[in-house]
Amino acid sequence: MSVLLFTIIVLLGAFLAGLLGSLTGLGGGVIIIPLLTLALGVDIHYAIGASIVSVIATSSGSAAAYVKEGITNIRIGMFLEIATTIGAICGAIVAVYLNANYIAILFGCILIFSAIMTLKKKVDHTTLENTDKWARFFRLNSSYPDKGIDHPYTVKNVPGGFLMMLFAGTLSGLLGIGSGALKVIAMDNIMRLPFKVSTTTSNFMMGVTAAASAVVYLHRGQIDPGIAMPVCIGVLTGATVGSKVLVKAKTDKLKIAFAIVVAFLALQMIYKGISGL
Amino acid sequence: MDTAKKENLNDKDIQVILGTLLRAGVIISMSIVLIGGAIFLLHNKGAITDYKVFKPELSKFSSISGIFKGVASFQGDAIVQFGILMLIFTPIARIVFAIFSFLIERDYLYVLIGFIILAIITISLNGGIAH
Repeated sequence: MSVLLFTIIVLLGAFLAGLLGSLTGLGGGVIIIPLLTLALGVDIHYAIGASIVSVIATSSGSAAAYVKEGITNIRIGMFLEIATTIGAICGAIVAVYLNANYIAILFGCILIFSAIMTLKKKVDHTTLENTDKWARFFRLNSSYPDKGIDHPYTVKNVPGGFLMMLFAGTLSGLLGIGSGALKVIAMDNIMRLPFKVSTTTSNFMMGVTAAASAVVYLHRGQIDPGIAMPVCIGVLTGATVGSKVLVKAKTDKLKIAFAIVVAFLALQMIYKGISGL
Repeated sequence: MDTAKKENLNDKDIQVILGTLLRAGVIISMSIVLIGGAIFLLHNKGAITDYKVFKPELSKFSSISGIFKGVASFQGDAIVQFGILMLIFTPIARIVFAIFSFLIERDYLYVLIGFIILAIITISLNGGIAH
Protein backbone atom coordinates (compact mmCIF):
# COMPACT_ATOMS: atom_id res chain seq x y z
CA MET A 1 0.00 0.00 0.00
CA SER A 2 1.31 3.48 -0.83
CA VAL A 3 1.96 5.98 1.95
CA LEU A 4 -0.72 8.34 0.64
CA LEU A 5 -3.46 5.69 0.55
CA PHE A 6 -2.44 4.31 3.95
CA THR A 7 -2.55 7.82 5.47
CA ILE A 8 -6.01 8.54 4.05
CA ILE A 9 -7.48 5.22 5.24
CA VAL A 10 -5.98 5.59 8.73
CA LEU A 11 -7.13 9.22 8.91
CA LEU A 12 -10.73 8.21 8.16
CA GLY A 13 -10.60 5.23 10.52
CA ALA A 14 -9.10 7.35 13.30
CA PHE A 15 -11.79 10.00 12.82
CA LEU A 16 -14.48 7.31 13.26
CA ALA A 17 -12.64 5.87 16.26
CA GLY A 18 -12.43 9.31 17.91
CA LEU A 19 -16.13 9.97 17.20
CA LEU A 20 -17.23 6.57 18.54
CA GLY A 21 -14.86 6.80 21.48
CA SER A 22 -16.23 10.14 22.58
CA LEU A 23 -19.92 9.20 22.05
CA THR A 24 -19.60 5.98 24.05
CA GLY A 25 -17.15 7.32 26.62
CA LEU A 26 -14.75 4.48 25.78
CA GLY A 27 -12.05 6.75 24.34
CA GLY A 28 -10.57 6.66 20.84
CA GLY A 29 -7.54 4.52 21.74
CA VAL A 30 -9.45 1.31 22.39
CA ILE A 31 -11.16 1.55 19.00
CA ILE A 32 -8.23 2.60 16.79
CA ILE A 33 -6.06 -0.35 17.89
CA PRO A 34 -8.43 -3.07 16.57
CA LEU A 35 -8.98 -1.02 13.39
CA LEU A 36 -5.24 -0.81 12.70
CA THR A 37 -4.43 -4.41 13.58
CA LEU A 38 -7.50 -6.20 12.17
CA ALA A 39 -8.25 -4.12 9.08
CA LEU A 40 -4.77 -2.98 8.02
CA GLY A 41 -2.60 -5.73 9.46
CA VAL A 42 -0.42 -3.26 11.40
CA ASP A 43 1.72 -4.86 14.15
CA ILE A 44 0.08 -4.23 17.52
CA HIS A 45 3.27 -2.61 18.87
CA TYR A 46 2.98 0.21 16.30
CA ALA A 47 -0.78 0.47 16.87
CA ILE A 48 -0.23 0.90 20.63
CA GLY A 49 2.42 3.58 20.08
CA ALA A 50 0.12 5.57 17.80
CA SER A 51 -2.85 5.11 20.12
CA ILE A 52 -1.05 6.42 23.21
CA VAL A 53 -0.20 9.63 21.33
CA SER A 54 -3.88 10.13 20.47
CA VAL A 55 -4.80 9.50 24.13
CA ILE A 56 -2.54 12.39 25.19
CA ALA A 57 -4.08 14.69 22.56
CA THR A 58 -7.73 13.98 23.35
CA SER A 59 -7.41 13.85 27.12
CA SER A 60 -5.38 17.07 27.32
CA GLY A 61 -7.87 18.79 25.00
CA SER A 62 -10.92 17.87 27.06
CA ALA A 63 -9.14 18.24 30.41
CA ALA A 64 -8.45 21.86 29.43
CA ALA A 65 -12.20 22.58 29.37
CA TYR A 66 -13.03 20.64 32.57
CA VAL A 67 -10.21 22.17 34.61
CA LYS A 68 -11.45 25.68 33.83
CA GLU A 69 -14.94 24.77 35.09
CA GLY A 70 -13.39 23.85 38.44
CA ILE A 71 -14.90 20.34 38.64
CA THR A 72 -11.58 18.50 38.40
CA ASN A 73 -9.98 17.73 41.77
CA ILE A 74 -6.34 18.54 41.00
CA ARG A 75 -5.08 17.20 44.34
CA ILE A 76 -6.73 13.80 43.91
CA GLY A 77 -5.48 13.74 40.31
CA MET A 78 -1.87 14.46 41.22
CA PHE A 79 -1.88 12.15 44.22
CA LEU A 80 -3.14 9.23 42.13
CA GLU A 81 -0.80 10.08 39.24
CA ILE A 82 2.02 8.69 41.38
CA ALA A 83 0.30 5.30 41.08
CA THR A 84 -0.69 5.56 37.42
CA THR A 85 2.74 6.74 36.18
CA ILE A 86 4.59 3.96 38.04
CA GLY A 87 2.10 1.45 36.62
CA ALA A 88 2.31 2.93 33.12
CA ILE A 89 6.09 2.65 32.94
CA CYS A 90 6.06 -0.94 34.21
CA GLY A 91 3.36 -1.83 31.70
CA ALA A 92 5.19 -0.16 28.80
CA ILE A 93 8.44 -1.96 29.63
CA VAL A 94 6.70 -5.34 29.87
CA ALA A 95 4.83 -4.73 26.58
CA VAL A 96 8.05 -4.80 24.55
CA TYR A 97 8.87 -8.33 25.70
CA LEU A 98 5.32 -9.68 25.32
CA ASN A 99 4.31 -11.62 22.24
CA ALA A 100 1.87 -9.63 20.06
CA ASN A 101 -0.71 -12.44 20.35
CA TYR A 102 -0.86 -12.24 24.15
CA ILE A 103 -1.27 -8.47 23.95
CA ALA A 104 -4.14 -8.93 21.46
CA ILE A 105 -5.95 -11.41 23.73
CA LEU A 106 -5.55 -9.21 26.82
CA PHE A 107 -6.65 -6.21 24.79
CA GLY A 108 -9.82 -7.99 23.64
CA CYS A 109 -10.74 -8.90 27.23
CA ILE A 110 -10.25 -5.34 28.49
CA LEU A 111 -12.26 -4.02 25.54
CA ILE A 112 -15.25 -6.26 26.38
CA PHE A 113 -15.00 -5.30 30.04
CA SER A 114 -14.93 -1.57 29.16
CA ALA A 115 -17.93 -1.95 26.83
CA ILE A 116 -19.94 -3.62 29.63
CA MET A 117 -18.92 -0.88 32.04
CA THR A 118 -20.27 1.87 29.76
CA LEU A 119 -23.66 0.12 29.66
CA LYS A 120 -23.96 -0.43 33.42
CA LYS A 121 -26.14 2.01 35.29
CA LYS A 122 -24.07 4.18 37.57
CA VAL A 123 -24.87 4.08 41.27
CA ASP A 124 -24.05 7.12 43.34
CA HIS A 125 -21.84 6.08 46.27
CA THR A 126 -21.00 9.52 47.60
CA THR A 127 -21.00 10.18 51.34
CA LEU A 128 -20.23 13.08 53.63
CA GLU A 129 -18.60 11.00 56.38
CA ASN A 130 -15.17 12.45 56.87
CA THR A 131 -13.54 9.29 58.26
CA ASP A 132 -10.58 8.48 56.02
CA LYS A 133 -7.35 9.68 57.62
CA TRP A 134 -5.44 9.51 54.32
CA ALA A 135 -8.04 11.73 52.65
CA ARG A 136 -7.61 14.26 55.45
CA PHE A 137 -3.82 14.11 55.39
CA PHE A 138 -3.64 14.62 51.62
CA ARG A 139 -6.49 17.17 51.71
CA LEU A 140 -8.51 15.30 49.10
CA ASN A 141 -11.98 16.26 50.37
CA SER A 142 -13.41 19.15 48.39
CA SER A 143 -16.51 20.43 46.62
CA TYR A 144 -17.57 20.98 43.03
CA PRO A 145 -19.83 23.62 41.46
CA ASP A 146 -23.01 22.59 39.65
CA LYS A 147 -25.56 25.15 38.45
CA GLY A 148 -24.17 27.74 40.81
CA ILE A 149 -24.37 25.51 43.92
CA ASP A 150 -21.31 24.07 45.65
CA HIS A 151 -21.58 20.34 46.35
CA PRO A 152 -19.15 19.17 49.05
CA TYR A 153 -17.89 15.57 49.05
CA THR A 154 -15.50 13.39 51.03
CA VAL A 155 -13.13 10.66 49.85
CA LYS A 156 -13.06 7.10 51.23
CA ASN A 157 -10.62 4.20 51.06
CA VAL A 158 -7.63 6.07 49.63
CA PRO A 159 -5.19 3.08 49.75
CA GLY A 160 -7.69 0.90 47.86
CA GLY A 161 -8.13 3.55 45.18
CA PHE A 162 -4.36 3.98 44.94
CA LEU A 163 -3.84 0.23 44.34
CA MET A 164 -6.56 0.15 41.69
CA MET A 165 -4.87 3.11 39.96
CA LEU A 166 -1.58 1.22 39.93
CA PHE A 167 -3.40 -1.55 38.04
CA ALA A 168 -5.14 0.93 35.70
CA GLY A 169 -1.79 2.56 34.93
CA THR A 170 -0.16 -0.79 34.16
CA LEU A 171 -2.89 -1.68 31.68
CA SER A 172 -2.63 1.78 30.14
CA GLY A 173 1.11 1.32 29.57
CA LEU A 174 0.72 -2.28 28.42
CA LEU A 175 -2.09 -1.68 25.92
CA GLY A 176 -1.67 1.98 24.94
CA ILE A 177 -5.14 2.99 26.11
CA GLY A 178 -6.41 5.57 28.60
CA SER A 179 -8.07 2.81 30.70
CA GLY A 180 -10.77 5.27 31.75
CA ALA A 181 -13.19 2.47 32.75
CA LEU A 182 -10.81 1.20 35.45
CA LYS A 183 -9.98 4.69 36.68
CA VAL A 184 -13.65 5.48 37.07
CA ILE A 185 -14.20 2.22 39.06
CA ALA A 186 -11.37 3.21 41.38
CA MET A 187 -12.81 6.66 41.96
CA ASP A 188 -16.60 5.97 41.89
CA ASN A 189 -16.88 2.63 43.65
CA ILE A 190 -13.80 2.54 45.86
CA MET A 191 -13.11 6.19 46.72
CA ARG A 192 -16.80 7.21 46.50
CA LEU A 193 -16.34 10.34 44.41
CA PRO A 194 -19.26 12.04 42.62
CA PHE A 195 -19.47 11.08 38.88
CA LYS A 196 -18.67 14.52 37.61
CA VAL A 197 -15.52 14.72 39.69
CA SER A 198 -14.36 11.17 38.89
CA THR A 199 -14.81 11.40 35.11
CA THR A 200 -13.12 14.79 34.82
CA THR A 201 -10.31 13.89 37.21
CA SER A 202 -9.72 10.60 35.37
CA ASN A 203 -9.43 12.59 32.15
CA PHE A 204 -7.01 15.00 33.80
CA MET A 205 -4.76 12.12 34.91
CA MET A 206 -4.79 10.36 31.55
CA GLY A 207 -2.42 12.83 29.88
CA VAL A 208 0.39 12.41 32.40
CA THR A 209 -0.12 8.63 32.59
CA ALA A 210 0.00 8.32 28.80
CA ALA A 211 3.03 10.65 28.61
CA ALA A 212 4.92 8.39 31.03
CA SER A 213 4.41 5.33 28.83
CA ALA A 214 4.82 7.31 25.57
CA VAL A 215 8.35 8.24 26.64
CA VAL A 216 9.20 4.53 26.91
CA TYR A 217 7.48 3.73 23.59
CA LEU A 218 9.31 6.53 21.79
CA HIS A 219 12.71 5.21 22.79
CA ARG A 220 11.72 1.67 21.83
CA GLY A 221 10.81 2.80 18.30
CA GLN A 222 7.12 1.99 18.79
CA ILE A 223 5.98 5.48 17.81
CA ASP A 224 6.23 5.67 14.03
CA PRO A 225 5.45 9.12 12.57
CA GLY A 226 3.82 7.56 9.51
CA ILE A 227 1.09 5.94 11.64
CA ALA A 228 1.00 8.28 14.63
CA MET A 229 0.39 11.36 12.41
CA PRO A 230 -2.93 10.26 10.82
CA VAL A 231 -4.03 8.52 14.06
CA CYS A 232 -3.64 11.51 16.37
CA ILE A 233 -5.05 14.03 13.88
CA GLY A 234 -8.01 11.75 13.07
CA VAL A 235 -8.85 10.75 16.64
CA LEU A 236 -8.59 14.32 17.96
CA THR A 237 -10.86 15.66 15.18
CA GLY A 238 -13.36 12.83 15.70
CA ALA A 239 -13.41 13.29 19.47
CA THR A 240 -13.93 17.05 19.11
CA VAL A 241 -16.87 16.55 16.74
CA GLY A 242 -18.21 13.81 19.05
CA SER A 243 -18.19 16.05 22.11
CA LYS A 244 -20.19 18.69 20.17
CA VAL A 245 -22.75 16.09 19.02
CA LEU A 246 -22.96 14.53 22.48
CA VAL A 247 -24.67 17.60 23.94
CA LYS A 248 -27.56 17.28 21.48
CA ALA A 249 -27.91 13.53 20.93
CA LYS A 250 -29.67 11.07 23.21
CA THR A 251 -26.99 8.46 23.62
CA ASP A 252 -28.58 5.51 25.44
CA LYS A 253 -29.57 3.56 22.32
CA LEU A 254 -26.39 4.64 20.53
CA LYS A 255 -24.37 3.29 23.42
CA ILE A 256 -25.90 -0.17 23.17
CA ALA A 257 -25.37 -0.29 19.40
CA PHE A 258 -21.75 0.80 19.76
CA ALA A 259 -21.11 -1.62 22.62
CA ILE A 260 -22.14 -4.48 20.33
CA VAL A 261 -19.78 -3.26 17.60
CA VAL A 262 -16.96 -2.92 20.12
CA ALA A 263 -17.63 -6.40 21.58
CA PHE A 264 -17.45 -7.81 18.05
CA LEU A 265 -14.08 -6.12 17.45
CA ALA A 266 -12.87 -7.45 20.80
CA LEU A 267 -13.86 -11.03 19.97
CA GLN A 268 -11.99 -10.75 16.66
CA MET A 269 -8.87 -9.54 18.48
CA ILE A 270 -9.08 -12.48 20.90
CA TYR A 271 -9.67 -14.94 18.05
CA LYS A 272 -6.75 -13.54 16.05
CA GLY A 273 -4.52 -13.69 19.12
CA ILE A 274 -5.43 -17.29 19.99
CA SER A 275 -5.10 -18.55 16.42
CA GLY A 276 -1.66 -16.91 16.17
CA LEU A 277 -0.29 -18.64 19.29
CA MET B 1 -13.07 31.43 56.79
CA ASP B 2 -11.04 34.26 55.30
CA THR B 3 -8.03 32.08 54.51
CA ALA B 4 -10.27 29.40 52.97
CA LYS B 5 -11.81 31.96 50.66
CA LYS B 6 -8.42 33.22 49.60
CA GLU B 7 -7.26 29.68 48.85
CA ASN B 8 -10.29 29.08 46.65
CA LEU B 9 -9.54 32.20 44.68
CA ASN B 10 -5.98 30.98 44.14
CA ASP B 11 -7.24 27.56 43.08
CA LYS B 12 -9.54 29.22 40.54
CA ASP B 13 -6.68 31.19 38.96
CA ILE B 14 -4.55 28.07 38.80
CA GLN B 15 -7.36 26.15 37.11
CA VAL B 16 -7.73 28.79 34.39
CA ILE B 17 -3.98 28.91 33.70
CA LEU B 18 -3.71 25.10 33.72
CA GLY B 19 -6.57 24.81 31.24
CA THR B 20 -5.00 27.39 28.93
CA LEU B 21 -1.60 25.67 29.14
CA LEU B 22 -3.08 22.29 28.17
CA ARG B 23 -5.08 23.72 25.28
CA ALA B 24 -2.13 25.72 23.94
CA GLY B 25 0.12 22.65 24.14
CA VAL B 26 -2.32 20.51 22.16
CA ILE B 27 -2.95 23.18 19.49
CA ILE B 28 0.74 24.00 18.98
CA SER B 29 1.95 20.40 18.86
CA MET B 30 -0.87 19.25 16.58
CA SER B 31 -0.12 22.15 14.19
CA ILE B 32 3.50 20.98 14.02
CA VAL B 33 2.31 17.41 13.35
CA LEU B 34 0.06 18.71 10.54
CA ILE B 35 2.87 20.71 8.89
CA GLY B 36 5.32 17.81 9.21
CA GLY B 37 2.69 15.41 7.88
CA ALA B 38 2.12 17.58 4.80
CA ILE B 39 5.86 17.74 4.05
CA PHE B 40 6.19 13.98 4.66
CA LEU B 41 3.33 13.16 2.29
CA LEU B 42 4.67 15.51 -0.38
CA HIS B 43 7.99 13.67 -0.48
CA ASN B 44 6.88 10.09 0.24
CA LYS B 45 3.35 9.75 -1.11
CA GLY B 46 4.34 7.02 -3.59
CA ALA B 47 6.53 5.01 -1.20
CA ILE B 48 5.27 1.62 0.00
CA THR B 49 4.35 1.21 3.68
CA ASP B 50 4.97 -1.93 5.67
CA TYR B 51 3.98 -2.09 9.31
CA LYS B 52 3.18 -5.82 9.41
CA VAL B 53 6.16 -6.70 11.57
CA PHE B 54 7.51 -4.60 14.45
CA LYS B 55 11.09 -3.60 13.53
CA PRO B 56 12.36 -1.23 16.23
CA GLU B 57 15.87 -1.21 14.71
CA LEU B 58 14.54 0.59 11.61
CA SER B 59 13.10 3.47 13.63
CA LYS B 60 14.95 6.67 12.72
CA PHE B 61 13.51 8.96 15.35
CA SER B 62 13.52 7.05 18.60
CA SER B 63 15.76 9.51 20.45
CA ILE B 64 15.42 13.23 21.12
CA SER B 65 18.79 13.96 19.45
CA GLY B 66 17.73 11.91 16.41
CA ILE B 67 14.52 13.93 16.13
CA PHE B 68 16.40 17.25 16.32
CA LYS B 69 18.86 16.16 13.61
CA GLY B 70 15.95 15.22 11.36
CA VAL B 71 14.16 18.52 12.00
CA ALA B 72 17.37 20.44 11.17
CA SER B 73 17.47 18.75 7.76
CA PHE B 74 13.75 19.54 7.30
CA GLN B 75 12.50 15.95 7.02
CA GLY B 76 8.71 15.69 7.23
CA ASP B 77 8.60 12.60 9.43
CA ALA B 78 11.10 14.16 11.85
CA ILE B 79 8.89 17.26 12.14
CA VAL B 80 5.88 15.01 12.85
CA GLN B 81 7.89 13.24 15.54
CA PHE B 82 8.94 16.62 16.99
CA GLY B 83 5.25 17.61 17.22
CA ILE B 84 4.53 14.32 19.01
CA LEU B 85 7.40 15.05 21.39
CA MET B 86 5.85 18.46 22.16
CA LEU B 87 2.52 16.72 22.77
CA ILE B 88 4.17 14.28 25.20
CA PHE B 89 5.73 17.22 27.05
CA THR B 90 2.40 19.08 27.38
CA PRO B 91 1.15 17.08 30.40
CA ILE B 92 4.69 17.08 31.82
CA ALA B 93 4.74 20.91 31.58
CA ARG B 94 1.41 20.84 33.39
CA ILE B 95 3.09 19.04 36.32
CA VAL B 96 5.89 21.63 36.40
CA PHE B 97 3.34 24.43 36.46
CA ALA B 98 1.37 22.68 39.21
CA ILE B 99 4.55 22.45 41.32
CA PHE B 100 5.05 26.22 41.01
CA SER B 101 1.45 26.99 41.86
CA PHE B 102 1.49 24.74 44.94
CA LEU B 103 4.74 26.45 45.95
CA ILE B 104 2.98 29.83 45.82
CA GLU B 105 0.12 28.37 47.88
CA ARG B 106 2.74 27.01 50.32
CA ASP B 107 1.27 23.56 49.97
CA TYR B 108 4.63 21.80 50.29
CA LEU B 109 3.12 18.30 50.45
CA TYR B 110 1.85 18.72 46.89
CA VAL B 111 5.10 20.33 45.75
CA LEU B 112 6.73 17.07 46.87
CA ILE B 113 4.09 14.94 45.10
CA GLY B 114 4.70 16.91 41.89
CA PHE B 115 8.44 16.26 42.14
CA ILE B 116 7.82 12.55 42.73
CA ILE B 117 5.80 12.33 39.48
CA LEU B 118 8.52 14.24 37.58
CA ALA B 119 11.15 11.90 39.02
CA ILE B 120 9.20 8.81 37.89
CA ILE B 121 8.93 10.19 34.34
CA THR B 122 12.63 11.18 34.29
CA ILE B 123 13.61 7.66 35.36
CA SER B 124 11.56 6.23 32.50
CA LEU B 125 13.25 8.68 30.10
CA ASN B 126 16.69 7.45 31.16
CA GLY B 127 15.62 3.81 31.29
CA GLY B 128 14.34 4.13 27.75
CA ILE B 129 17.67 5.54 26.50
CA ALA B 130 19.67 2.83 28.24
CA HIS B 131 17.96 0.02 26.32
